[in-house]
Amino acid sequence: MTVLKITALTQYFSGLCALDNFNVELRAGELVGLIGPNGAGKTTVFNLVSGFYRPTSGEINFLGRSLVGLKPHQVTIHGVARTFQNIRLWNEMTVMDNIRLAHHGNLQYNLRDLFFRTRRYAEREKEIYQRAWHLLEVFNLADHAEEKPKNLPYGMQRKVEIVRALSSEPKLLLLDEPAAGLTSKDTVELIELIKWIHRHFETTIWMIEHQMKVVMSLCSRITVIDFGKTIAEGTPEEIRNHPEVIRAYLGDDQI
Amino acid sequence: MLQTFVQNILNALQWGSFYSLIALGYTLVYGVLLLINFAHGDVVMVGAYIAFFIASLLLGHYSFFPHALPGGVALVLTIILTMILTAAVGVSLERIAYRPLRRKGAHRLYVVITALMCGLILENGNLALLGASRKKFPEMVDKVVYNLGPISVTNLKIAVILAALLVFILLQFIVTRTKIGMAMRAISYDKFAVPLMGIPIDTVIVFTFILGSSMAGLAGILFALSYPILDPYMGLSIGWKAFIAAVVGGIGDIRGAFAGGFILGFVEIMVVAFFPSSYRDLFSFTILLLILTIRPTGLFGVPKTTKI
Amino acid sequence: MKQKLAVPVLLFALLAVVMTLVQFEVIDLYIQTIILFIGINIIISSSLNLVNGHMGEFSCGHAGFIAVGAYVSSVLSVALFAQDRIFGAPLLPPQYTVYAFPVILVIGGLAAAFAGLLVALPSFRTRGDYLAIITIAANYIIITVIINIDKIGGARGFMGMKRVVFAMEDTAAIPWMVLWVFLFTILSIIAIRRFVSSTYGKGIIAIQQDEVAAEIMSVNTNKMKLIAFMLSSGLAGIAGGLYAHVIGYVNPKSFDILKSTEALVMVYLGGMGSITGSILSAVLFTLLLELLRPLQIIKWIVIPLLLIILMQFRPEGIMGNRELVDIFPKLKKFYRFK
Repeated sequence: MTVLKITALTQYFSGLCALDNFNVELRAGELVGLIGPNGAGKTTVFNLVSGFYRPTSGEINFLGRSLVGLKPHQVTIHGVARTFQNIRLWNEMTVMDNIRLAHHGNLQYNLRDLFFRTRRYAEREKEIYQRAWHLLEVFNLADHAEEKPKNLPYGMQRKVEIVRALSSEPKLLLLDEPAAGLTSKDTVELIELIKWIHRHFETTIWMIEHQMKVVMSLCSRITVIDFGKTIAEGTPEEIRNHPEVIRAYLGDDQI
Repeated sequence: MLQTFVQNILNALQWGSFYSLIALGYTLVYGVLLLINFAHGDVVMVGAYIAFFIASLLLGHYSFFPHALPGGVALVLTIILTMILTAAVGVSLERIAYRPLRRKGAHRLYVVITALMCGLILENGNLALLGASRKKFPEMVDKVVYNLGPISVTNLKIAVILAALLVFILLQFIVTRTKIGMAMRAISYDKFAVPLMGIPIDTVIVFTFILGSSMAGLAGILFALSYPILDPYMGLSIGWKAFIAAVVGGIGDIRGAFAGGFILGFVEIMVVAFFPSSYRDLFSFTILLLILTIRPTGLFGVPKTTKI
Repeated sequence: MKQKLAVPVLLFALLAVVMTLVQFEVIDLYIQTIILFIGINIIISSSLNLVNGHMGEFSCGHAGFIAVGAYVSSVLSVALFAQDRIFGAPLLPPQYTVYAFPVILVIGGLAAAFAGLLVALPSFRTRGDYLAIITIAANYIIITVIINIDKIGGARGFMGMKRVVFAMEDTAAIPWMVLWVFLFTILSIIAIRRFVSSTYGKGIIAIQQDEVAAEIMSVNTNKMKLIAFMLSSGLAGIAGGLYAHVIGYVNPKSFDILKSTEALVMVYLGGMGSITGSILSAVLFTLLLELLRPLQIIKWIVIPLLLIILMQFRPEGIMGNRELVDIFPKLKKFYRFK
């Protein structure tokens, strides 16, 4: 089953072509990579999917529904969650609250319930709390539930951000350079974590990554873009030996 | 009809000059520190009072200095001294109140509140020291009225408008062409990288306050010459309005401060020309809000793109 | 379980004591007014804190919303229950006053909330300092509109609310305003507390800390801003209504930028995003204003000076962004911060 189908996606930023005729199709349960040199337009793709930009042209179809023109929070409610290259946690809130807030789009109670503390409110809040707690336990973060993210080590902040994205129960998880800034030990752990998530959660994962080690060991398929254009697509093996990819990463004169 | 219109345009230019000169101080400090210096309107008031005392002194109104200087000399001296002393007031505020807070890493808005408090102190300190009676600014130069056909213009009006234009050119030059101006812009982009480049950040900030406050002093003296009644709250409303003008122009941009100042001047004069004066604030603020709704970052402001 | 009741019991006892003292004229009108002002200022500071502290916006025109609430509820109550030069004979018999008064206050709050809605709309596209300017301008606009409506007194002000209070006291001879101020202060605090402690309301704290992250984690940031603004300005309107009826007289001048400045001072003095901080600072600030009254004009030099000095020592306000229970965890026994 196709989860995400992007056709002819193009984005201009005041005359500058950031993304040109980008196509991709993700099937349910896949773990796919998106790589490319700095400034190739990878994050632009994610920003378009998650609704931060409205594409100049092209179509983003998610589970049979178009995402074009939706606000980021609506995209998330439809089942797409993401993380950021530079971690964007709410640093003055506890880890627990960070996780809990992922349910904001699906609270099922209204302001009246909130102000009068109706039973529906109590039940929903309890349920959200329990789910968040469950997730924290599963990911071994329960000990840090009441800490503030800014006081956690960097690797753990990454983990919290991924858990926060997961806690909105997404059908598609976008990871924007999850290994950026991690030590090699943390990177190994991250690879295991993503593998584990992929196995245990019913979610399709699409990730941007710079470190070849991470992409090659995780992804079943990889798309490579450079200067907004798709230059290669295929399995890790194919990508590794693709002349265009080598040229994009190493430069012309190396060949 | 046409003649009142032209007359109104001249008045608008004069008002716009006051607003521009004051808006400049807001914009400079904001551009560098991201601080809304709410005390700035009161610095203008202090400038006007300083000018009052210096002018009275130079014109021989005080018994301990009974030598009256000729009007023109006194005026030039008054302008220079007022600008220096007002700059000193502005820099003192920065040194005493703002800088220590900045050093402690206080939230930006706490510095803004401190600025508000400094403004209150200046106003009420003045009121307590000098009493509630208003001061009449001495006439320093003879009023000359030029008649160009049906339109009459005073030398003062021309001087005010010229002064504003001159200041604009000077500041635009300083900010865009000189080294210290470059440093000012650099701080507004990244205040952490700037000291790493060997730029003395505090010197630049002090320089910014000197520029902004001396212009406030100039605005104060020009205002006092045009409307020679001084009272401690005179800076309050003109200050807030100038700040709004700075924002409408695009805060942090010198062209913006002038554009905003003149727009506000025009709107106010034109509203008063056609409606009762009690509607002035209503119309001018509504128009300014409309401009901001259409261009949320002001006329010359560049929207800050947050990198995601 | 019993301990959880400690706070309600304490509050009820406080109300009973104050009402008895006022009833038997143990405390004079002056002290009574100060106590009422404390309550009103608590509403003002904690409601502004919702927008400026919890949500991290910079609204500078809170007094405008207070003015809307004050005028709407005053005009309504005078038109309905008092003999007035412009509105003529009372439209309803005085025995209804007691029941109608809270409704009138809430209507004033709703009107202010509507004004808040209009100010919130530009906040979708602008943040921080640009919003500051919009709210300052809104404050000016509201004041000028009031000045230009001659029917409600224009620049001279509007009075007659004392007669409404008397109508209530004719029905039952108890200090009604003490009751109403107390009630609405408590209700406001409860409303704000419930809002910001819910997962829903935490959305505005998320906006403050990282708006992009809030939006991507399914927080409808525009809607949250709207709701927070409306709640904040609505409560300010209720505070305005109470203020008008305590004083018995309103004047556009009393809702100018200086009043907004006072509100800002209370918020930042207490600490951004701390409800207990806002309560504490409202109490302190009101008392300070009254204690220094004999200094006359010097008061307005001493207070700013004190604040500047205080900020040099505590640049995050009295409480920072913490609540009282965060500092004294033992208090948790007595009340849940939920």
